[in-house]
Amino acid sequence: MSERSFVCRCEDVTLAEIGHTIDRGLATVEEIKRYTGLGTGPCQGKECVGLLCRILIERGVLTPAAAQPFTARPPVEPVTFGSLAAGAVEDERP
Amino acid sequence: MSSTPPLPGTPMGSPSQPLPPAVDVAIVGAGIMGLALAYHLARFAPRLKIAVIERSYLVSGASGRNGGGLRMQWGDAGNVRLMMESIAECKGLAQELDINLWFRQGGYLFLARSEAGERRLIRNAELHAEVGAPTRLLSAAEAQAIVPQLAVDDLRLASFNPEDGVVFPWPFVWGYAAQAVRRGVTLRTHTGVTRLEPVQDGYLLRLTSGETVQAQRVVNATGAWSHTLNRSLGISLPNQPHRHEILSSEPLKPFLDPLVVDLGSGLYFSQSTRGELVTGITLPDAADGSDTALTLHSSLRFLAHISRTLTHLMPITAAMKVLRQWVGPYDVSPDGDAIVGPSPGHPGVIQLCGFTGHGFMMAPAVGRLLARWLADGTPHPMLTRWDPARFAAGQQSRREDMIIG
Repeated sequence: MSERSFVCRCEDVTLAEIGHTIDRGLATVEEIKRYTGLGTGPCQGKECVGLLCRILIERGVLTPAAAQPFTARPPVEPVTFGSLAAGAVEDERP
Repeated sequence: MSSTPPLPGTPMGSPSQPLPPAVDVAIVGAGIMGLALAYHLARFAPRLKIAVIERSYLVSGASGRNGGGLRMQWGDAGNVRLMMESIAECKGLAQELDINLWFRQGGYLFLARSEAGERRLIRNAELHAEVGAPTRLLSAAEAQAIVPQLAVDDLRLASFNPEDGVVFPWPFVWGYAAQAVRRGVTLRTHTGVTRLEPVQDGYLLRLTSGETVQAQRVVNATGAWSHTLNRSLGISLPNQPHRHEILSSEPLKPFLDPLVVDLGSGLYFSQSTRGELVTGITLPDAADGSDTALTLHSSLRFLAHISRTLTHLMPITAAMKVLRQWVGPYDVSPDGDAIVGPSPGHPGVIQLCGFTGHGFMMAPAVGRLLARWLADGTPHPMLTRWDPARFAAGQQSRREDMIIG
């Protein structure tokens, strides 16, 4: 892979930028998400988080046992405001 | 989006960052408040040994979870003045911190649909004119000229300040952190402070790592977590955590200039420079009392409630898609004013909390003013009005009524 390869295609985060975050001591998926924006676009990390973990493991900053995705944010797929407005408003807990 | 790496190789806080056994100032909490303070204090008093200690990673708390709005349109003259300073500070801040802050001044548009709301906007516009903030009142037609997609059938009055704006919150935290570290501040992450113990000439901080640090002065900048740290010293302050929900849409090309606030429902929405619609609303408390428990779970109740109000006010949004929702904790002060300054009974413990959901926008000014106070001992009137002793003295009087969300 070239250093200019995209790791996160939604937010244009390159392999070189992942390298910069590691150089600065940021070694967890949650930190790298917040430093680069990785995983915050339309796919919500479904394409890139696995690849990011692989890179971190290959570079020795993460062990396979410690690899975790970042906190999943609902909804699972994008939903229109119109269909949500038409839904029920129960007082629910997850 | 991608961040510019300002100083490749400069470590920016880690669990293995060595901590000195003793410091002059220990700042607990590496949110935007703690880091802005650390950065300015290192500038004003370069000889001070400063450590910032964060229980989690950077951008983990409210500083990374807020809507990124900055406004001068407040109901109290002190807050208007402070926000004029904060917005002025933001104009040169990207250069100063060497990072893209995505700062965009598209204004704030407040909407009044009731007679009471109308009176608030008129009173505020008069106040803003006295203080020198360029707020103007708009008719429904004038509001629609700024946001053509807005439904204005029941709109009585609007107010607009073109200097208000939005930012992307995350790079503020990284920017202040990198520049603080560059000036010699020790930044330790993933390390909690479990208790504060008074010792001769300061306080002993006991850390979750088993280490201890002694500090002449301690700053409590832990936001919604601040009451726990205060309790370890017997400091009794009335601020309490409260969870608030927010969401963003899929990114769209720029179509919305201002951040819009509907006074009646507490709905606010803006378009970030990243293109997403970022929106939240005042949500009635959950029946199970979970709102004050610091659990950051998202709810469908919020999605349904906000979607109804948003699609009524901006019918065009019915076809837009929600991409992600999350939760952040407010640190709510009972009179709506922040809690800043020496603690009652413990003058060496400085409070920097109680910002009631609006700390992010105030931090650029507050960090600088408090740093000046700690560096040369001169309190600033913009901060002394937030004296933590006011509650015990029964002096909490006015209540800021422009708290949104």
